[in-house]
Amino acid sequence: MIRREMLPLFGSLLLTVFSACAQTTLTIATVNNGDMIVMQRLAKQFEQQHPEIRLDWVILEEKILREKTTTDAAAHGGQFDIVTIGPLEAPIWGRRGWLLPLEDKLSSSYDLNDLLRPMRDGASDSGHLYALPFYGESSMTYYRKDLFRRAGLTMPLQPTYDDISRFAQKLNDPAHDLSGICLRGKPGWGENMGYISTVANTFGGRWFDESWRPQFDSPEWHAAVSYYVDLLQKYGPPGSSSNGFNESLTLFENGRCAMWIDATVAAGSLSNAKQSKVASTVGYASAPIATTPRGSQWLWFWALGIPSSSKHPEAALKFIEWATSKEYIQLVAQTNGWETVPPGTRESTYKQLQYLDAAPFAGLTYRSIMAADPLHPTEKPVPYTGVQCIVIPSFPTIGNQVGQLIAAALVGNMSVDEALHKAQLATERVERRAGLLHQ
Amino acid sequence: MSSKKLRRKLLMTALGWAVALVISFPALWLVLTSFKTETEAISRIPHILFRATLENYVAVQERTTYFHFAGNSVIVAIGSTILALALAIPCAYAMAFMPTKRTRDTLLWMLSTKMMPSVGVLVPIYLIFREMNLLDTRTGLLLINALLNLPIIVWMLYTFFKEVPREVLEAARMDGASPLRELYDLLLPLAMPGIVSTSLLAIILAWNEAFWSLTLTAAKAAPLTAFVASFSSPEGLFYSKLSAASTMAIAPIVILGWLSQKQLVRGLTFGAVK
Repeated sequence: MIRREMLPLFGSLLLTVFSACAQTTLTIATVNNGDMIVMQRLAKQFEQQHPEIRLDWVILEEKILREKTTTDAAAHGGQFDIVTIGPLEAPIWGRRGWLLPLEDKLSSSYDLNDLLRPMRDGASDSGHLYALPFYGESSMTYYRKDLFRRAGLTMPLQPTYDDISRFAQKLNDPAHDLSGICLRGKPGWGENMGYISTVANTFGGRWFDESWRPQFDSPEWHAAVSYYVDLLQKYGPPGSSSNGFNESLTLFENGRCAMWIDATVAAGSLSNAKQSKVASTVGYASAPIATTPRGSQWLWFWALGIPSSSKHPEAALKFIEWATSKEYIQLVAQTNGWETVPPGTRESTYKQLQYLDAAPFAGLTYRSIMAADPLHPTEKPVPYTGVQCIVIPSFPTIGNQVGQLIAAALVGNMSVDEALHKAQLATERVERRAGLLHQ
Repeated sequence: MSSKKLRRKLLMTALGWAVALVISFPALWLVLTSFKTETEAISRIPHILFRATLENYVAVQERTTYFHFAGNSVIVAIGSTILALALAIPCAYAMAFMPTKRTRDTLLWMLSTKMMPSVGVLVPIYLIFREMNLLDTRTGLLLINALLNLPIIVWMLYTFFKEVPREVLEAARMDGASPLRELYDLLLPLAMPGIVSTSLLAIILAWNEAFWSLTLTAAKAAPLTAFVASFSSPEGLFYSKLSAASTMAIAPIVILGWLSQKQLVRGLTFGAVK
């Protein structure tokens, strides 16, 4: 028989069981990078503020995450309540009805107008916002101030590609294991093509004309790719065709590159003395330009969206509002320091003096992001949006193919002419199959 | 032993060790890397001697719940093997002792399903799982692994059953044993070493399966393959942590393989390839 004194104990136990049953579990699919891991750690505070919501995390490498979330969103599998997506997915998935539009659902306290305009544009389609940016980046030029000083060179705030090849020539010193320049060479739409697209843009090129005809046979693409191949072959590190972001970061951090043009996110690692041997001598400048500044810096973000198959959209909205809010940025600053806050999403972040002090590259990051315009990425008119990441479903296929051909030209397996001719034919084939090109 | 024989034996032993070292080198390097710092792990000159650190294991444990993933792997690997054996034993028995003229073709057809790339059936399987509420469930993963390994298990058991003398079963039949009794009281005990090695191979295959594990699970039923995938990244340094996670993921199955290597070798050499 149950003793009378035991009843409150059973009562509280039952209450706990019932409240656990009433809890909403959100499954969040996100990418494995430093900012997301911080979010996962700090999300315990969100769970404390919202005891009715429990968070389950699925953290994966970018490529696997993309395959998994695309399968689930397309099949309306409902495995995820929140997905982490980039500028390629947000507008396309939104247009297809795979994501919930957010602009009318956000609470009044969420400062939507504080989001950086290029990020907001990149996550929108036809006036609907489909994801809230959590982290954003552009590209910039990193250089070794000590080497420049010794060689009597000065890096302008806005270098041109002529400056870059002149500096690379002067500073290249293979005898001392120092390359004049490091750039991405590993083939892939998010690897070498991320950078090469910005070179093509600033040389006046574009991926497609208004009738979706590929432009690899244009003089602009020829000039851009010839420049890139020539620069890396003459002044790049050995084995450039296998260098992506991580490999180039390691080379620069270990003092093996005089210059590097890549993502603004690298600035944090390069200036961290625990990780980088060149922390005290690294300098920052804008991404170089050639004939036009348009499209010379890339634009990338990770944003949080809610699939239309989510079982708990209201709770999911609460979480993504929290994770992309000004208050979250303050929370990261208080917990881990200002230099670790997720960059590139909010105007208010760049008005914080503590942040500008802690991150000397912050001003340049902000200017680079604001200068990138995904809606008008090139000098000549184009039928697409996106600076280096063209927002069409076939872009990963095209980007990977073209990336492989340019990497083949880089290692000398074919000429630039041959690579671009093959790129033109391959892209035309894909576009015809996709129904974009009709001749 | 003559000196020529001794020399030959020594040479063969040295060759055996060299081959073993080459084969196991990636795994050894993985374990070594898991005890290095991230900077040492990406160093252009590989560090053989270094100050070992456990920081990667601590970081991995802080970020994820290893035992949740490991528990899922154990349940799925063992559960799928039991389910597959339950289906494969009667199937292999019928094929081995009551063959028809199409038995050989059926066996080949079953094996040929393994040659199809998994991604080819991704969408239908995903939709079936969605309709049956099997997405992100251990039951779903157990089921798909059982089906994936079924052709290999049937083929191996068929080969083992064929080794059992037909006369033994016929004698039991003459004494009035039913097919069920024949199977459980005679065939299974006689073919037990083969069944054990088949089971071990099936467990290893299910443990290492990555494509369907990554596609069909999210948080609840994710096994160790998903645990490993969460430590790879195109940005930042991650080799040491990834190596620590991989070492933790392969440790249980390596230990199981080590303990049961005799049965495994018998299974691999006398089973499928015979």
